[in-house]
Amino acid sequence: MTLRATTSQTVGPFFGIGLERLNCAELAGPGVAGERVTIEGRVLDADGVGVPDAVIELWQANSHGKYAHPEDPQDKPVDAGFQGYGRIPTDEDGKFRFTTIKPGAVPGPDGKLQAPHIAVSVFMRGLLRRLVTRIYFPDEPGNAEDFALGLVEPGRRGTLVARLAPGLDGVLKWDVIMQGPGETVFFDC
Amino acid sequence: MNYPPGYRRAVPGTQPEYLHPTYVSSRKRAPAQPLIYLPHTLSEITGPVFAPETGNVKACDLTRQHSGEPLGERIIVSGRVLDEDGKPVRKTLVEVWQANAAGRYRHKVDQHQAPLDPNFSGHGYAMTDGEGHYRFITVRPGEYPWGNHHNAWRPAHVHFSLFGPAFATRLVTQMYFPGDPLLPFDPIYNCTADESARQRLISAFDWESTIPGHALGYKFDIILNGRDATPMEK
Ligand SMILES: [Fe+3]
Repeated sequence: MTLRATTSQTVGPFFGIGLERLNCAELAGPGVAGERVTIEGRVLDADGVGVPDAVIELWQANSHGKYAHPEDPQDKPVDAGFQGYGRIPTDEDGKFRFTTIKPGAVPGPDGKLQAPHIAVSVFMRGLLRRLVTRIYFPDEPGNAEDFALGLVEPGRRGTLVARLAPGLDGVLKWDVIMQGPGETVFFDC
Repeated sequence: MNYPPGYRRAVPGTQPEYLHPTYVSSRKRAPAQPLIYLPHTLSEITGPVFAPETGNVKACDLTRQHSGEPLGERIIVSGRVLDEDGKPVRKTLVEVWQANAAGRYRHKVDQHQAPLDPNFSGHGYAMTDGEGHYRFITVRPGEYPWGNHHNAWRPAHVHFSLFGPAFATRLVTQMYFPGDPLLPFDPIYNCTADESARQRLISAFDWESTIPGHALGYKFDIILNGRDATPMEK
């Protein structure tokens, strides 16, 4: 190693002007295969107050468990219309909402399949460095065996699993709690 | 099946801690629990790939996005995006945003009593070329006051967002200018413990990229996480 990675700095409060071009809350166009899901939630600070100047980014496989990336060596179908990337700024109450298809399972380091998940980056004013977390899906048998969930103490795993919203058909709830009770699990990635 | 190797983690001290109390808004937005080490899987060694958009020269020339020229001192900001082994990061997206020459962002939340410039939007993007080079033409951003503490001013800076080859290489940072007298007083610039890591956020004045009679050049190289040596074995 000859060089050191550049130091991270906050996106600051005014990132909207630079990042809005790639804003995308509908990850899957009409022709994309897979089960449609809508996920909504809020980004909350240590006082439970919504964070209005945050942006989350999503990265996920297609419904077959294949990433649209040249280094995914799996022999699985690619969906031409599905990149797997999303970027959603929070609104004035800290809310975000996106629709996508449920990703298929991708391999983990232990050779077993990981449970379906979406990789998430969190940026905001006040956050000096990106935070990384994951969204898993409720009622997914693979969750019990998932290697990344297994790294987390059982009492905190629920922060990574979206919840079915009663009365809201097909809508999943998932919040990002920055600090305090129910604090979201963040990964050193 | 063999998967490509993961990416290296930061050398301690070279990246900011999440909680930096002198940066007041980090206090309620920094996680209190320790981060959980995540070995890189296929989910982290892949990441969004953006198709190069050709022909949109205005995206990387922030001085030509409107009918007139923006006010302020024209500058060229250029450099290379490399990994920690010095290898160029090719065809990767670089997004930038900044205040205008008066220190005002074209953003509804920015209420700084400084003029907006009708000829300056303050954002652009570029793809690196085959050797990792990028180049923007813009105006030197103004310093601006903020509410962090009494008489707080941000040094002049340009915000940068980079993807690199993978989810694991995502980086958002800020570029500063050499000799800025506000740097020692800025909690954001000073959030990183390692002094040499901080100084690498300061661009260098550069005669080579200066355009005679038109714009001064500043060089800013950006280093993304390098590849781990050991492949992930399945
Ligand atoms: Fe700024």
